[in-house]
Amino acid sequence: MTDLNTLETDLSAQIAAAADVAALEAIRVAALGKSGSISGLLKTLGSMSPEERREAGPAINGLRDRVQTAIGARKAALEAAELDARLAAERLDLTLPAPARRKGSVHPTMQVQDEMIAIFAEMGFSVAEGPDIETDFNNFTALNFPEKHPAREMHDTFFFNPGPDGDRKLLRTHTRPVQVRSMKKTNTPPPAPWIATGMEPPIRIVVPGRTYRCDSDATHTPMFHQMEGLVIDKGIHMGHLKWTLETFIARFFETPEVVTRFRPHHFPFTEPSAEMDVGCDRSGGEIRIGTGSDWLEILGCGMVHPNVLRHCGIDPDVYQGFAFGLGIDRLGMLKYGMPDLRDMFESDTRWLGHYGFSAFAAPNPATGLS
Amino acid sequence: MKFTLSWLKDHLDTDCSVPQVVKAMTMAGLEVEHVTDPATKLAPFTVAKIVEAVQHPNADRLRVCQVDTVDGRKEIVCGAPNARAGLTTIYAPIGAYVPGLGVTLVEKPVRGVVSNGMLCSAAEMETAEESDGILELPDDLAVGVPAAVALAQEAVIDFEVTPNRPDWLGVAGIARDLSAAGLGRLKTPAVKPVPGTFPCPISIKVDGDACQVFSGRVIRGVKNGPSPEWLQARLKAVGLRPINALVDVTNLISYDRARPLHVYDLAKLVGTTIEARLGRHGVNGDEHLIALDGKTYELTPEMSVISDADGERPVGLGGVMGGESTGCSEETTDVFVESAWFDPIRTAQTGRTTGITSDAQYRFARGVDTHFVVPGLELATALILELCGGEPSDIVVAGEPLPAPEPIAFDPAYVHQLAGLNIPRDGVIDILARLGFEIDKGHATLAVTPPTWRRDVEGKADLVEEVARIAGYDALPATPLPETPRQAGGVLTARQNRGRIARRALAATGYSEALTWSFTGNAVARLFGGGAEALVLANPMSAEIDTMRPSILPNLIEAAGRNARRGFPDAALFEVGPVFAGDQPQDQRLAVAAILAPHAPRGWDKRPPEDLFTVKADLLALLEEMGAPVGSLQTAQGSASSWWHPGRSARLQLGPRAVIAEFGELHPAVLKAMDVDGPVYGFEIWVEAIPEPKKKATKTKGAPSLSPLMPLSRDFAFLLDESKAAGDLVKAVAGADKALIAGARVFDVYQGQGVPEGRKSVAVEVTVQPRDKTLTEAEIEALSAQVVAAAAKAGGALRG
Repeated sequence: MTDLNTLETDLSAQIAAAADVAALEAIRVAALGKSGSISGLLKTLGSMSPEERREAGPAINGLRDRVQTAIGARKAALEAAELDARLAAERLDLTLPAPARRKGSVHPTMQVQDEMIAIFAEMGFSVAEGPDIETDFNNFTALNFPEKHPAREMHDTFFFNPGPDGDRKLLRTHTRPVQVRSMKKTNTPPPAPWIATGMEPPIRIVVPGRTYRCDSDATHTPMFHQMEGLVIDKGIHMGHLKWTLETFIARFFETPEVVTRFRPHHFPFTEPSAEMDVGCDRSGGEIRIGTGSDWLEILGCGMVHPNVLRHCGIDPDVYQGFAFGLGIDRLGMLKYGMPDLRDMFESDTRWLGHYGFSAFAAPNPATGLS
Repeated sequence: MKFTLSWLKDHLDTDCSVPQVVKAMTMAGLEVEHVTDPATKLAPFTVAKIVEAVQHPNADRLRVCQVDTVDGRKEIVCGAPNARAGLTTIYAPIGAYVPGLGVTLVEKPVRGVVSNGMLCSAAEMETAEESDGILELPDDLAVGVPAAVALAQEAVIDFEVTPNRPDWLGVAGIARDLSAAGLGRLKTPAVKPVPGTFPCPISIKVDGDACQVFSGRVIRGVKNGPSPEWLQARLKAVGLRPINALVDVTNLISYDRARPLHVYDLAKLVGTTIEARLGRHGVNGDEHLIALDGKTYELTPEMSVISDADGERPVGLGGVMGGESTGCSEETTDVFVESAWFDPIRTAQTGRTTGITSDAQYRFARGVDTHFVVPGLELATALILELCGGEPSDIVVAGEPLPAPEPIAFDPAYVHQLAGLNIPRDGVIDILARLGFEIDKGHATLAVTPPTWRRDVEGKADLVEEVARIAGYDALPATPLPETPRQAGGVLTARQNRGRIARRALAATGYSEALTWSFTGNAVARLFGGGAEALVLANPMSAEIDTMRPSILPNLIEAAGRNARRGFPDAALFEVGPVFAGDQPQDQRLAVAAILAPHAPRGWDKRPPEDLFTVKADLLALLEEMGAPVGSLQTAQGSASSWWHPGRSARLQLGPRAVIAEFGELHPAVLKAMDVDGPVYGFEIWVEAIPEPKKKATKTKGAPSLSPLMPLSRDFAFLLDESKAAGDLVKAVAGADKALIAGARVFDVYQGQGVPEGRKSVAVEVTVQPRDKTLTEAEIEALSAQVVAAAAKAGGALRG
């Protein structure tokens, strides 16, 4: 028995002194391995008498169990210490910068266009398109601009040189030619599938797109964006026009405070014609919507002129409707406070980053327009 | 068009203030641009009287005045030679801003004497361009009367006249609309004919193309000279320069009745006939006219020319400007007064050709009332007789006014149908009558005849506008649009939606959206395969933007160049917009283009910079988002357009005729020509080339393939000719067994030691997905053999 006590004391000392897992494993093999000291003692049990075995068995087995437990405990302690040491060595300086990731953005004019389409889609409008290079007929004549009339001059049109057929093409000065394409009933399909084709009333479309005029200052650029709206049906009157635009403006500016008014105006393509103003404040040098006592003209609109309907093969005694034209860039400037239209097309990355929108700011009814 | 309230009150009996008039005008469609009110500027200035003026003790040219002012008696130092006791003049207190001097008055001694204010000249208050000494006002003006009142300085209203309303180019026409809108009673005096006392010595000939109707008369024995104060003040208020009484009368009537007139000095006319005809091509070139502005104009057969000397000598451009040779001066004693009607289009064209924008030209170009030709002449006669005396001849007239407008059948209920306004029949009739329309109300449907000055009213919609604008657009109801069936799945077409997806996806990938012109310079367009004559603007703003762009890329590259010159070279830009292959509608395509000017910021982590494969990854991810069949795309290297680096560019296509995109590194020579530093990587997608998505009956998705069996992978290394595309090898390997091979991926490309010259080693990891049972070793061996065989067909030899 004294031998066992000596062995246990010896092994306990060895286990406690083991410096690492490998040393501990060597101790385990020396004690509990095939030819280990404790294994050797266990083997002697077989040759003992039952009386001897009754005494020696529990003693040896107990020794084995305690040594096993002690090794296990020591192993866990050593492993924990080793992990701590490794983790301490693995420290990273997380104040160092992460790799730069480029931040993209959506151009404010396109964000505003998406916002406008979202509002009009909710009102049942679909989106029609047409080419930027247009005929004089679609841009002017069909829209009731008299030949050589001063109203044509006011449009500062970009022209191309006349072709072999003497026909002079132009860059559309508004997206209204798409009205003509949408209403004009012919049997021929449009020249390309994306271009609006003549349809039967009821018609309810908006037409976003690029438009062009020979002009440049803080509020004019040779290219800008316009969204034309057109509603044709039986019984559509100016009250519908007023509701549509008042509703649009209130939703677009996302404030219940916005006030609007309609004033008579003149356009060749509408009769009666109107301009819509929004209440604003100009006192601080910049224009603020939804406050103040000033007015700002924001769009032109009216009932589609009977001559335009006739040009497009629609009987004005059966169908009537309204049209309106909105400046997309201009509405964006007002809503988001961008002072100079020319900056919109300069592609200064700092400007784009400042006024641009997140890819995830797509307008939707749950989170709003932007 | 400018006018003053007092002028308006000649035609309108009203107590309204300027702001009330402005509001009523705006709501009736006369859009006021601005109101210049001198009273604002003149607010600090008041009438004062000099009680005593003595020599300044320290200055020869200064006087020290005791002045009775609105603020009591003040001692004021004044340098004006006319500062004298008893003078009634204008006083500005300390603190007043003097606009003509641009200073605010402060209390400070002038040569030792404190001046408690200032006595002012007209120039100092900006009521005249120059002045000689301080103002001398009538003695009956009381101390303290505001200067604006004392000087009869009135607010001037300036408004935009829409092209359809030439009648608003006369104050009488403005008054008529304001009266109809309820601002007061119209009291424009009726025109009284002035009988002639002798036959007109001048006869008139008109060519109908040049002049519709021409009337005139001689007034002999007039005494011309400066016109009276009231007339000069009226003209000056609206920005006209008084010249002499005869000319001033014509200008007054032009602004009062929108009726331009012209006066000729009879003594300077040659012959006894005035002829209105078209310009002539002469033997020695075209005719010329030295006009009243002193400039010489070439006359063409498109212009209406007034001539004398039996039609031989041009003396005026009809409806535009008279000639210098026959103009009236203060010496004129016998005058021929012209009142005629010239065609709007011809007058507008003549204005454009000559560059003349006179008040007459402006009015004739928009359309003057043909029926007011003779009344206008009578009006002028009466005023000339009043101001200059003289004796009028009979009136001579050649030509005929245009026929009066035809009646329009008009059901008053149409007002409600088109405008949504509820206005009773009598109300409709009342408004139209107040605007000068004649109404036959014998039947349910009215017969409404527009007045001769309202040629813009052609149909019943025009009549609705008249009624609605006078009733006021504020009265319009707001009526919700009727509900319509909504398109399932949103309103955008697949193409529109793809443009939108591209925008949001690229923004999420780190590119900034730019919007650039649809044009570019012709030389640049040519670099990108464009520049055809049909796409060159005839009137560009500048040569840098004279051609429709064949591609978005050049504009983005230029934008990157501009940013680099600002010190920001690391541009990642994109644009979604049109490109133009020709001038036909179908030649316009929607493109999505992006560029990446790579930047390798010095980083502690030594990451490699973004490269062409960054752009390729962005492009493929984008195409996937846009719904392109990315798995079926061929990467056709070396076939991309000439503006790309020939060895570092490719087309993505479904076939040679279905090119969906190009990508690569921009050609260094192109960048050099555009003065932009490289490298620049980029791509351009043609949205319409992506096949339309298949229409499905339902939105249900098919079941996914989720095998419970572990996929396994095997690595192969193949030797391949250097010139062969690794992509083709991978495609072949992936296709060796379509059922079992889930993917093939290149994990190493190697050239050098151990690989024969001219060849490359491409290592491919093939992922095998067992479908219904674990594969046996033999099956895997068989599959490997299939892979090797497929690779061999693509030119790849298994590396031993």
